[in-house]
Amino acid sequence: MLEYSEKVIEEFMNPKNMGKIEDADGIGKVGNPVCGDVMWIYIKVKDNRIVDIKFQTFGCVAAIATSSKVTQLVMGKTVEEALRITNKAVAEALDGLPPIKMHCSLLAEEGIKAAIEDYMKKQKHKKNKKGGKK
Amino acid sequence: MKEIYLDYNATTPVDPRVVEAMIPYLKEHFHNPSSVYSGAKETKKAIEEAREKIASLIGASPKEIIFTGGGSEADNHAIKGVAFAFQEKGKHIITSSIEHHAVLHACQFLEKIGFEVTYLPVDKYGIVHPHSLRKAIRDDTILVTIMMANNEIGTIEPIKELAEVTHEKNVLFHTDAVQAVGKIPVNVKELGVDLLSLSAHKFYGPKGVGALYIRRGVKIHPLIHGGGQERGRRAGTENVAGIVGAGKAAEIAMEEMEEEERKIRPLRDRLERELVKRIPEVIVNGHPEKRLYNTLNICVKYIEGEGMLALLDFYGISASSGSACTSGSLEPSHVLLAIGLPHEIAHGSLRFSFGKYNTDEDVDKVIEVLPGIVERLRAMSPFWREKHEH
Repeated sequence: MLEYSEKVIEEFMNPKNMGKIEDADGIGKVGNPVCGDVMWIYIKVKDNRIVDIKFQTFGCVAAIATSSKVTQLVMGKTVEEALRITNKAVAEALDGLPPIKMHCSLLAEEGIKAAIEDYMKKQKHKKNKKGGKK
Repeated sequence: MKEIYLDYNATTPVDPRVVEAMIPYLKEHFHNPSSVYSGAKETKKAIEEAREKIASLIGASPKEIIFTGGGSEADNHAIKGVAFAFQEKGKHIITSSIEHHAVLHACQFLEKIGFEVTYLPVDKYGIVHPHSLRKAIRDDTILVTIMMANNEIGTIEPIKELAEVTHEKNVLFHTDAVQAVGKIPVNVKELGVDLLSLSAHKFYGPKGVGALYIRRGVKIHPLIHGGGQERGRRAGTENVAGIVGAGKAAEIAMEEMEEEERKIRPLRDRLERELVKRIPEVIVNGHPEKRLYNTLNICVKYIEGEGMLALLDFYGISASSGSACTSGSLEPSHVLLAIGLPHEIAHGSLRFSFGKYNTDEDVDKVIEVLPGIVERLRAMSPFWREKHEH
Protein backbone atom coordinates (compact mmCIF):
# COMPACT_ATOMS: atom_id res chain seq x y z
CA MET A 1 0.00 0.00 0.00
CA LEU A 2 1.06 3.58 -0.46
CA GLU A 3 2.91 5.45 2.22
CA TYR A 4 0.44 7.74 3.92
CA SER A 5 1.09 10.17 6.76
CA GLU A 6 -0.36 9.35 10.16
CA LYS A 7 -2.81 12.21 9.72
CA VAL A 8 -4.17 10.77 6.49
CA ILE A 9 -4.74 7.41 8.14
CA GLU A 10 -6.27 9.03 11.23
CA GLU A 11 -8.61 11.10 9.06
CA PHE A 12 -9.57 8.05 7.00
CA MET A 13 -10.24 5.94 10.07
CA ASN A 14 -12.30 8.68 11.78
CA PRO A 15 -13.80 10.85 9.09
CA LYS A 16 -15.70 13.95 10.18
CA ASN A 17 -18.78 15.48 8.55
CA MET A 18 -19.65 12.35 6.67
CA GLY A 19 -23.17 12.17 5.25
CA LYS A 20 -25.78 14.21 3.50
CA ILE A 21 -27.65 17.47 4.18
CA GLU A 22 -31.22 16.99 3.03
CA ASP A 23 -32.04 20.70 2.63
CA ALA A 24 -28.59 21.80 1.48
CA ASP A 25 -28.16 25.31 0.10
CA GLY A 26 -25.48 24.14 -2.30
CA ILE A 27 -24.26 20.77 -3.57
CA GLY A 28 -20.96 20.21 -5.38
CA LYS A 29 -20.53 16.97 -7.30
CA VAL A 30 -17.03 16.43 -8.64
CA GLY A 31 -14.91 13.55 -9.94
CA ASN A 32 -15.66 10.61 -12.13
CA PRO A 33 -16.43 7.02 -11.16
CA VAL A 34 -14.33 5.84 -14.11
CA CYS A 35 -11.26 7.37 -12.45
CA GLY A 36 -12.24 5.92 -9.11
CA ASP A 37 -12.86 9.16 -7.21
CA VAL A 38 -16.18 10.93 -6.74
CA MET A 39 -16.87 13.56 -4.09
CA TRP A 40 -20.18 15.16 -3.24
CA ILE A 41 -20.10 18.17 -0.91
CA TYR A 42 -23.25 19.57 0.73
CA ILE A 43 -23.26 23.02 2.35
CA LYS A 44 -25.69 24.97 4.49
CA VAL A 45 -25.12 28.76 4.39
CA LYS A 46 -26.44 31.35 6.83
CA ASP A 47 -25.57 35.06 6.71
CA ASN A 48 -22.89 34.32 4.13
CA ARG A 49 -21.23 31.76 6.41
CA ILE A 50 -20.94 28.00 5.98
CA VAL A 51 -22.80 26.75 9.03
CA ASP A 52 -22.96 23.07 8.09
CA ILE A 53 -21.09 20.89 5.65
CA LYS A 54 -21.15 17.18 4.79
CA PHE A 55 -19.49 14.91 2.27
CA GLN A 56 -20.07 11.63 0.49
CA THR A 57 -17.11 10.08 -1.25
CA PHE A 58 -16.45 7.08 -3.45
CA GLY A 59 -12.71 6.71 -3.53
CA CYS A 60 -9.49 5.62 -1.97
CA VAL A 61 -8.02 6.30 1.46
CA ALA A 62 -6.67 9.69 0.33
CA ALA A 63 -9.98 10.73 -1.26
CA ILE A 64 -11.86 10.05 1.97
CA ALA A 65 -9.21 11.74 4.11
CA THR A 66 -9.12 14.89 1.95
CA SER A 67 -12.94 15.05 1.89
CA SER A 68 -13.08 14.92 5.65
CA LYS A 69 -10.24 17.43 6.05
CA VAL A 70 -11.59 20.00 3.61
CA THR A 71 -15.00 20.03 5.26
CA GLN A 72 -13.33 20.85 8.59
CA LEU A 73 -11.18 23.55 7.02
CA VAL A 74 -14.11 25.50 5.59
CA MET A 75 -16.68 24.93 8.34
CA GLY A 76 -17.63 28.32 9.84
CA LYS A 77 -15.83 30.25 7.10
CA THR A 78 -17.48 32.93 4.98
CA VAL A 79 -18.25 32.01 1.40
CA GLU A 80 -15.39 34.23 0.20
CA GLU A 81 -12.92 32.64 2.62
CA ALA A 82 -14.04 29.15 1.61
CA LEU A 83 -13.51 29.96 -2.05
CA ARG A 84 -9.86 30.72 -1.29
CA ILE A 85 -9.17 27.18 -0.04
CA THR A 86 -6.45 25.51 -2.08
CA ASN A 87 -5.60 21.87 -2.65
CA LYS A 88 -2.18 22.64 -1.22
CA ALA A 89 -3.74 23.77 2.05
CA VAL A 90 -5.74 20.54 2.25
CA ALA A 91 -2.66 18.40 1.56
CA GLU A 92 -0.59 20.35 4.08
CA ALA A 93 -3.24 19.95 6.76
CA LEU A 94 -2.78 16.20 6.28
CA ASP A 95 1.03 16.40 6.46
CA GLY A 96 1.22 15.87 2.72
CA LEU A 97 0.00 13.26 0.25
CA PRO A 98 1.92 10.84 -1.99
CA PRO A 99 2.43 12.57 -5.40
CA ILE A 100 0.07 10.15 -7.17
CA LYS A 101 -2.65 11.15 -4.68
CA MET A 102 -2.39 14.91 -5.04
CA HIS A 103 -5.39 14.83 -7.39
CA CYS A 104 -7.52 13.86 -4.38
CA SER A 105 -6.73 17.20 -2.70
CA LEU A 106 -7.57 18.94 -5.95
CA LEU A 107 -10.91 17.15 -5.97
CA ALA A 108 -11.54 18.44 -2.43
CA GLU A 109 -10.84 22.01 -3.54
CA GLU A 110 -13.06 21.60 -6.59
CA GLY A 111 -15.82 20.05 -4.48
CA ILE A 112 -15.99 23.07 -2.18
CA LYS A 113 -15.94 25.47 -5.13
CA ALA A 114 -18.67 23.55 -6.93
CA ALA A 115 -20.86 23.54 -3.83
CA ILE A 116 -20.43 27.31 -3.41
CA GLU A 117 -21.10 27.94 -7.09
CA ASP A 118 -24.26 25.90 -6.81
CA TYR A 119 -25.23 27.92 -3.74
CA MET A 120 -24.61 31.23 -5.56
CA LYS A 121 -26.57 30.08 -8.58
CA LYS A 122 -29.50 29.17 -6.38
CA GLN A 123 -29.30 32.52 -4.58
CA LYS A 124 -29.36 34.35 -7.90
CA HIS A 125 -32.29 32.23 -8.97
CA LYS A 126 -34.14 33.09 -5.76
CA LYS A 127 -33.46 36.82 -6.22
CA ASN A 128 -34.68 36.70 -9.79
CA LYS A 129 -37.80 34.94 -8.67
CA LYS A 130 -38.41 37.62 -6.04
CA GLY A 131 -37.76 40.30 -8.68
CA GLY A 132 -40.33 38.69 -10.97
CA LYS A 133 -43.02 38.94 -8.34
CA LYS A 134 -42.80 42.71 -8.13
CA MET B 1 -1.81 -8.77 16.67
CA LYS B 2 -1.24 -11.93 14.64
CA GLU B 3 -1.23 -11.30 10.93
CA ILE B 4 -3.79 -13.15 8.82
CA TYR B 5 -1.96 -13.51 5.55
CA LEU B 6 -4.23 -13.98 2.55
CA ASP B 7 -1.98 -12.83 -0.26
CA TYR B 8 -0.21 -16.02 -1.30
CA ASN B 9 -0.45 -15.13 -4.99
CA ALA B 10 1.79 -12.16 -4.23
CA THR B 11 4.34 -14.25 -2.41
CA THR B 12 4.56 -17.10 0.08
CA PRO B 13 6.53 -17.51 3.29
CA VAL B 14 9.52 -19.80 2.84
CA ASP B 15 8.83 -23.31 4.13
CA PRO B 16 11.09 -23.98 7.17
CA ARG B 17 12.39 -27.15 5.47
CA VAL B 18 13.46 -24.98 2.53
CA VAL B 19 15.27 -22.59 4.87
CA GLU B 20 17.09 -25.57 6.44
CA ALA B 21 18.15 -26.86 3.05
CA MET B 22 19.48 -23.44 2.03
CA ILE B 23 21.56 -22.60 5.10
CA PRO B 24 24.61 -24.78 4.31
CA TYR B 25 24.89 -22.98 0.95
CA LEU B 26 25.04 -19.63 2.68
CA LYS B 27 27.63 -20.90 5.14
CA GLU B 28 30.20 -23.60 4.46
CA HIS B 29 29.24 -24.29 0.85
CA PHE B 30 29.78 -20.77 -0.36
CA HIS B 31 32.05 -21.68 -3.25
CA ASN B 32 31.58 -20.48 -6.78
CA PRO B 33 30.26 -23.46 -8.72
CA SER B 34 32.44 -22.52 -11.70
CA SER B 35 35.67 -22.88 -9.71
CA VAL B 36 37.96 -25.89 -10.08
CA TYR B 37 38.87 -26.78 -6.48
CA SER B 38 37.07 -29.54 -4.68
CA GLY B 39 34.98 -27.19 -2.48
CA ALA B 40 33.19 -25.99 -5.59
CA LYS B 41 32.07 -29.50 -6.49
CA GLU B 42 29.48 -29.52 -3.71
CA THR B 43 27.84 -26.33 -4.93
CA LYS B 44 27.81 -27.55 -8.52
CA LYS B 45 26.29 -30.84 -7.45
CA ALA B 46 23.64 -29.02 -5.38
CA ILE B 47 22.59 -26.96 -8.39
CA GLU B 48 22.23 -30.06 -10.55
CA GLU B 49 20.14 -31.79 -7.89
CA ALA B 50 17.88 -28.76 -7.66
CA ARG B 51 17.58 -28.76 -11.46
CA GLU B 52 16.42 -32.38 -11.37
CA LYS B 53 13.77 -31.54 -8.78
CA ILE B 54 12.44 -28.58 -10.72
CA ALA B 55 12.46 -30.64 -13.92
CA SER B 56 10.57 -33.47 -12.32
CA LEU B 57 7.96 -31.08 -10.86
CA ILE B 58 6.98 -30.08 -14.41
CA GLY B 59 7.77 -33.29 -16.26
CA ALA B 60 10.82 -31.93 -18.07
CA SER B 61 14.32 -33.28 -18.36
CA PRO B 62 16.99 -31.44 -16.32
CA LYS B 63 18.81 -30.17 -19.41
CA GLU B 64 15.67 -28.30 -20.40
CA ILE B 65 15.72 -26.16 -17.23
CA ILE B 66 17.68 -22.97 -16.77
CA PHE B 67 17.66 -21.03 -13.55
CA THR B 68 16.82 -17.34 -13.64
CA GLY B 69 16.53 -14.47 -11.20
CA GLY B 70 12.76 -14.98 -10.92
CA GLY B 71 9.55 -15.33 -12.86
CA SER B 72 9.79 -11.94 -14.54
CA GLU B 73 13.24 -12.74 -15.87
CA ALA B 74 12.03 -16.10 -17.15
CA ASP B 75 9.16 -14.37 -19.00
CA ASN B 76 11.45 -11.72 -20.45
CA HIS B 77 14.00 -14.33 -21.46
CA ALA B 78 11.40 -16.43 -23.24
CA ILE B 79 9.77 -13.55 -25.09
CA LYS B 80 12.82 -11.49 -26.02
CA GLY B 81 14.91 -14.63 -26.55
CA VAL B 82 12.44 -15.92 -29.15
CA ALA B 83 11.94 -12.48 -30.69
CA PHE B 84 15.65 -11.90 -31.22
CA ALA B 85 16.35 -15.43 -32.43
CA PHE B 86 13.46 -15.57 -34.91
CA GLN B 87 13.14 -12.00 -36.16
CA GLU B 88 14.34 -13.08 -39.60
CA LYS B 89 11.34 -15.38 -39.84
CA GLY B 90 8.83 -12.80 -38.65
CA LYS B 91 8.11 -10.08 -36.16
CA HIS B 92 4.64 -10.94 -34.96
CA ILE B 93 3.86 -12.09 -31.41
CA ILE B 94 0.50 -13.08 -29.92
CA THR B 95 -0.38 -12.80 -26.26
CA SER B 96 -3.51 -12.18 -24.21
CA SER B 97 -4.93 -9.05 -22.65
CA ILE B 98 -4.75 -10.48 -19.10
CA GLU B 99 -1.07 -11.40 -18.87
CA HIS B 100 1.18 -10.38 -16.02
CA HIS B 101 3.08 -7.16 -16.63
CA ALA B 102 6.30 -9.15 -17.03
CA VAL B 103 4.81 -10.44 -20.28
CA LEU B 104 2.77 -7.39 -21.31
CA HIS B 105 5.56 -4.88 -20.81
CA ALA B 106 8.12 -7.12 -22.51
CA CYS B 107 5.75 -7.26 -25.48
CA GLN B 108 5.24 -3.49 -25.42
CA PHE B 109 9.00 -3.02 -25.42
CA LEU B 110 9.26 -5.23 -28.50
CA GLU B 111 6.55 -3.16 -30.20
CA LYS B 112 8.73 -0.11 -29.68
CA ILE B 113 11.61 -1.72 -31.55
CA GLY B 114 9.61 -2.88 -34.53
CA PHE B 115 7.73 -6.01 -33.53
CA GLU B 116 3.98 -6.33 -33.84
CA VAL B 117 1.89 -7.75 -31.01
CA THR B 118 -1.70 -9.00 -31.00
CA TYR B 119 -3.43 -8.94 -27.61
CA LEU B 120 -6.15 -11.57 -27.64
CA PRO B 121 -9.40 -10.77 -25.85
CA VAL B 122 -10.79 -13.02 -23.12
CA ASP B 123 -14.37 -13.95 -22.26
CA LYS B 124 -16.12 -12.76 -19.10
CA TYR B 125 -14.39 -15.49 -17.10
CA GLY B 126 -10.96 -14.58 -18.41
CA ILE B 127 -10.63 -17.55 -20.80
CA VAL B 128 -8.62 -17.19 -24.03
CA HIS B 129 -10.43 -19.15 -26.70
CA PRO B 130 -8.43 -21.36 -29.10
CA HIS B 131 -10.56 -20.25 -32.08
CA SER B 132 -9.64 -16.60 -31.51
CA LEU B 133 -5.99 -17.63 -31.33
CA ARG B 134 -6.31 -19.60 -34.56
CA LYS B 135 -7.63 -16.55 -36.36
CA ALA B 136 -4.82 -14.36 -35.05
CA ILE B 137 -1.88 -16.50 -36.17
CA ARG B 138 -0.20 -15.14 -39.32
CA ASP B 139 2.63 -16.29 -41.55
CA ASP B 140 5.01 -13.99 -39.71
CA THR B 141 3.95 -15.06 -36.20
CA ILE B 142 6.94 -16.34 -34.24
CA LEU B 143 5.59 -16.73 -30.72
CA VAL B 144 2.37 -17.21 -28.79
CA THR B 145 2.58 -16.51 -25.06
CA ILE B 146 -0.45 -17.17 -22.84
CA MET B 147 -0.40 -17.54 -19.07
CA MET B 148 -1.42 -20.81 -17.49
CA ALA B 149 -3.30 -19.34 -14.52
CA ASN B 150 -4.14 -15.72 -13.94
CA ASN B 151 -2.65 -14.13 -10.84
CA GLU B 152 -5.60 -11.85 -10.11
CA ILE B 153 -8.70 -13.89 -10.81
CA GLY B 154 -7.20 -17.40 -10.86
CA THR B 155 -8.71 -18.46 -14.18
CA ILE B 156 -6.90 -21.47 -15.67
CA GLU B 157 -6.36 -21.23 -19.42
CA PRO B 158 -6.81 -24.15 -21.86
CA ILE B 159 -3.05 -24.32 -22.47
CA LYS B 160 -3.03 -27.72 -24.14
CA GLU B 161 -5.58 -26.65 -26.76
CA LEU B 162 -3.89 -23.28 -27.27
CA ALA B 163 -0.50 -24.95 -27.75
CA GLU B 164 -2.02 -27.38 -30.26
CA VAL B 165 -3.50 -24.58 -32.33
CA THR B 166 -0.15 -22.79 -32.21
CA HIS B 167 1.78 -25.86 -33.34
CA GLU B 168 -0.55 -26.42 -36.32
CA LYS B 169 1.13 -23.31 -37.71
CA ASN B 170 4.64 -24.25 -36.55
CA VAL B 171 4.87 -21.39 -34.10
CA LEU B 172 6.51 -21.57 -30.66
CA PHE B 173 4.34 -21.54 -27.54
CA HIS B 174 5.35 -20.07 -24.19
CA THR B 175 3.31 -20.11 -21.01
CA ASP B 176 3.83 -18.01 -17.91
CA ALA B 177 3.01 -20.68 -15.34
CA VAL B 178 4.21 -18.69 -12.33
CA GLN B 179 0.85 -18.96 -10.53
CA ALA B 180 0.23 -22.57 -11.54
CA VAL B 181 3.46 -24.41 -10.79
CA GLY B 182 3.46 -25.75 -7.25
CA LYS B 183 -0.30 -25.29 -6.88
CA ILE B 184 -1.67 -27.56 -9.61
CA PRO B 185 -0.10 -30.39 -11.63
CA VAL B 186 1.85 -29.01 -14.57
CA ASN B 187 3.44 -31.30 -17.14
CA VAL B 188 5.21 -29.67 -20.06
CA LYS B 189 4.99 -32.80 -22.22
CA GLU B 190 1.25 -33.22 -21.68
CA LEU B 191 0.64 -29.53 -22.26
CA GLY B 192 2.87 -29.52 -25.31
CA VAL B 193 4.49 -26.19 -24.55
CA ASP B 194 7.90 -25.11 -25.88
CA LEU B 195 8.74 -22.68 -23.10
CA LEU B 196 7.44 -22.27 -19.57
CA SER B 197 8.24 -19.80 -16.77
CA LEU B 198 8.03 -20.55 -13.08
CA SER B 199 8.96 -18.82 -9.84
CA ALA B 200 10.06 -20.38 -6.54
CA HIS B 201 8.61 -17.80 -4.16
CA LYS B 202 5.08 -18.63 -5.29
CA PHE B 203 5.43 -22.12 -3.80
CA TYR B 204 7.24 -21.58 -0.51
CA GLY B 205 10.69 -21.16 -2.01
CA PRO B 206 12.91 -18.08 -1.79
CA LYS B 207 12.41 -14.88 -3.79
CA GLY B 208 14.75 -14.06 -6.64
CA VAL B 209 14.81 -17.56 -8.13
CA GLY B 210 12.85 -18.72 -11.10
CA ALA B 211 13.31 -21.12 -13.95
CA LEU B 212 12.66 -21.23 -17.64
CA TYR B 213 11.87 -24.52 -19.33
CA ILE B 214 13.15 -24.56 -22.88
CA ARG B 215 12.12 -27.69 -24.78
CA ARG B 216 15.06 -29.61 -26.18
CA GLY B 217 15.79 -28.42 -29.72
CA VAL B 218 14.40 -24.92 -29.23
CA LYS B 219 17.17 -22.37 -29.67
CA ILE B 220 16.60 -18.90 -28.31
CA HIS B 221 18.92 -16.01 -27.54
CA PRO B 222 20.15 -15.41 -24.02
CA LEU B 223 18.90 -12.39 -22.12
CA ILE B 224 22.00 -11.97 -19.98
CA HIS B 225 25.40 -12.28 -21.59
CA GLY B 226 28.58 -13.00 -19.67
CA GLY B 227 30.11 -16.18 -18.32
CA GLY B 228 29.24 -19.66 -19.46
CA GLN B 229 26.89 -20.59 -16.63
CA GLU B 230 23.69 -22.53 -17.41
CA ARG B 231 25.42 -23.90 -20.51
CA GLY B 232 25.80 -20.43 -21.93
CA ARG B 233 22.10 -19.66 -21.72
CA ARG B 234 22.11 -17.46 -18.61
CA ALA B 235 25.30 -15.78 -17.49
CA GLY B 236 26.12 -14.83 -13.91
CA THR B 237 27.33 -16.70 -10.88
CA GLU B 238 24.51 -18.94 -9.76
CA ASN B 239 22.35 -18.00 -6.76
CA VAL B 240 23.32 -21.32 -5.17
CA ALA B 241 21.37 -21.09 -1.92
CA GLY B 242 18.32 -19.76 -3.76
CA ILE B 243 18.50 -22.52 -6.35
CA VAL B 244 18.85 -25.17 -3.64
CA GLY B 245 15.81 -23.64 -1.94
CA ALA B 246 13.84 -23.70 -5.18
CA GLY B 247 14.71 -27.36 -5.61
CA LYS B 248 13.63 -28.22 -2.08
CA ALA B 249 10.39 -26.26 -2.53
CA ALA B 250 9.71 -28.19 -5.75
CA GLU B 251 10.31 -31.49 -3.98
CA ILE B 252 7.88 -30.54 -1.20
CA ALA B 253 5.29 -29.27 -3.69
CA MET B 254 5.38 -32.56 -5.57
CA GLU B 255 4.78 -34.55 -2.43
CA GLU B 256 2.23 -32.28 -0.78
CA MET B 257 0.36 -30.52 -3.57
CA GLU B 258 -2.71 -32.74 -3.43
CA GLU B 259 -2.91 -32.53 0.32
CA GLU B 260 -2.62 -28.73 0.13
CA GLU B 261 -5.46 -28.54 -2.33
CA ARG B 262 -7.65 -30.68 -0.08
CA LYS B 263 -6.94 -28.28 2.76
CA ILE B 264 -7.07 -24.95 0.93
CA ARG B 265 -10.00 -25.34 -1.45
CA PRO B 266 -12.65 -25.65 1.31
CA LEU B 267 -11.28 -22.53 3.02
CA ARG B 268 -11.54 -20.50 -0.18
CA ASP B 269 -14.98 -21.94 -0.98
CA ARG B 270 -16.32 -21.14 2.47
CA LEU B 271 -15.06 -17.57 2.34
CA GLU B 272 -16.63 -17.10 -1.08
CA ARG B 273 -19.97 -18.56 0.02
CA GLU B 274 -20.15 -16.54 3.21
CA LEU B 275 -19.11 -13.22 1.70
CA VAL B 276 -21.61 -13.53 -1.12
CA LYS B 277 -24.27 -14.39 1.44
CA ARG B 278 -23.44 -11.64 3.92
CA ILE B 279 -22.56 -8.72 1.65
CA PRO B 280 -25.13 -7.50 -0.88
CA GLU B 281 -24.04 -6.70 -4.44
CA VAL B 282 -20.78 -8.58 -4.59
CA ILE B 283 -19.46 -10.07 -7.82
CA VAL B 284 -17.14 -13.09 -7.88
CA ASN B 285 -14.56 -12.80 -10.66
CA GLY B 286 -12.90 -15.58 -12.62
CA HIS B 287 -14.17 -18.90 -13.96
CA PRO B 288 -16.52 -20.76 -11.60
CA GLU B 289 -14.66 -24.07 -12.05
CA LYS B 290 -11.52 -23.51 -14.11
CA ARG B 291 -9.95 -21.45 -11.39
CA LEU B 292 -7.04 -21.85 -8.98
CA TYR B 293 -8.44 -23.41 -5.81
CA ASN B 294 -6.70 -20.82 -3.62
CA THR B 295 -7.89 -17.62 -5.31
CA LEU B 296 -10.96 -15.54 -4.53
CA ASN B 297 -11.38 -12.25 -6.36
CA ILE B 298 -14.49 -10.21 -5.69
CA CYS B 299 -15.78 -6.79 -6.62
CA VAL B 300 -17.73 -4.96 -3.96
CA LYS B 301 -19.94 -2.47 -5.74
CA TYR B 302 -20.09 1.24 -4.86
CA ILE B 303 -16.79 1.38 -2.96
CA GLU B 304 -13.11 1.43 -3.76
CA GLY B 305 -10.59 -1.32 -3.00
CA GLU B 306 -7.87 0.60 -1.22
CA GLY B 307 -10.13 1.71 1.60
CA MET B 308 -11.14 -1.91 2.20
CA LEU B 309 -7.50 -3.01 2.24
CA ALA B 310 -6.57 -0.30 4.72
CA LEU B 311 -9.39 -1.31 7.08
CA LEU B 312 -8.62 -5.03 6.67
CA ASP B 313 -5.02 -4.21 7.52
CA PHE B 314 -6.26 -2.52 10.68
CA TYR B 315 -7.61 -5.93 11.73
CA GLY B 316 -4.36 -7.63 10.75
CA ILE B 317 -5.69 -9.08 7.50
CA SER B 318 -3.36 -8.85 4.49
CA ALA B 319 -5.11 -9.02 1.13
CA SER B 320 -4.76 -7.20 -2.18
CA SER B 321 -6.78 -5.32 -4.75
CA GLY B 322 -6.75 -4.63 -8.45
CA SER B 323 -7.94 -1.12 -7.75
CA ALA B 324 -6.05 1.71 -9.33
CA CYS B 325 -5.20 3.27 -6.04
CA THR B 326 -3.02 0.42 -4.88
CA SER B 327 -1.00 0.13 -8.04
CA GLY B 328 0.22 3.69 -8.31
CA SER B 329 -1.67 4.26 -11.54
CA LEU B 330 -5.09 5.72 -12.11
CA GLU B 331 -6.36 2.81 -14.15
CA PRO B 332 -7.86 -0.20 -12.39
CA SER B 333 -6.62 -3.70 -13.11
CA HIS B 334 -6.25 -4.49 -16.82
CA VAL B 335 -7.47 -8.00 -16.05
CA LEU B 336 -10.78 -6.83 -14.59
CA LEU B 337 -11.29 -4.43 -17.49
CA ALA B 338 -10.50 -7.22 -19.97
CA ILE B 339 -13.21 -9.47 -18.51
CA GLY B 340 -15.62 -6.64 -19.23
CA LEU B 341 -16.13 -5.00 -15.85
CA PRO B 342 -16.84 -1.28 -15.98
CA HIS B 343 -14.20 0.94 -14.36
CA GLU B 344 -16.29 1.88 -11.33
CA ILE B 345 -16.85 -1.78 -10.44
CA ALA B 346 -13.26 -2.79 -11.15
CA HIS B 347 -12.16 -0.13 -8.66
CA GLY B 348 -13.90 -2.12 -5.92
CA SER B 349 -11.93 -5.33 -6.27
CA LEU B 350 -10.45 -7.43 -3.49
CA ARG B 351 -8.27 -10.51 -3.85
CA PHE B 352 -7.85 -13.13 -1.18
CA SER B 353 -5.32 -15.82 -2.09
CA PHE B 354 -4.86 -18.71 0.30
CA GLY B 355 -1.92 -20.91 1.15
CA LYS B 356 -0.97 -23.90 3.22
CA TYR B 357 -0.59 -22.00 6.49
CA ASN B 358 -4.16 -20.64 6.48
CA THR B 359 -6.73 -21.96 8.92
CA ASP B 360 -10.48 -21.96 9.47
CA GLU B 361 -9.97 -19.20 12.02
CA ASP B 362 -8.49 -16.96 9.31
CA VAL B 363 -11.65 -17.37 7.26
CA ASP B 364 -13.79 -16.73 10.35
CA LYS B 365 -12.01 -13.45 10.98
CA VAL B 366 -12.56 -12.15 7.43
CA ILE B 367 -16.21 -13.17 7.55
CA GLU B 368 -16.50 -11.38 10.87
CA VAL B 369 -14.95 -8.06 9.86
CA LEU B 370 -15.43 -7.55 6.12
CA PRO B 371 -19.21 -6.98 6.10
CA GLY B 372 -18.75 -4.18 8.65
CA ILE B 373 -15.91 -2.64 6.64
CA VAL B 374 -18.04 -2.66 3.51
CA GLU B 375 -20.98 -1.15 5.36
CA ARG B 376 -18.79 1.59 6.76
CA LEU B 377 -17.37 2.56 3.36
CA ARG B 378 -20.71 2.26 1.64
CA ALA B 379 -22.20 4.63 4.20
CA MET B 380 -19.76 7.21 2.82
CA SER B 381 -20.40 6.42 -0.83
CA PRO B 382 -22.75 8.68 -2.79
CA PHE B 383 -23.61 5.82 -5.14
CA TRP B 384 -24.67 3.42 -2.42
CA ARG B 385 -26.87 6.06 -0.82
CA GLU B 386 -28.33 7.13 -4.12
CA LYS B 387 -29.30 3.56 -4.90
CA HIS B 388 -30.63 2.58 -1.52
CA GLU B 389 -32.32 5.66 -0.17
CA HIS B 390 -34.81 6.01 -2.97
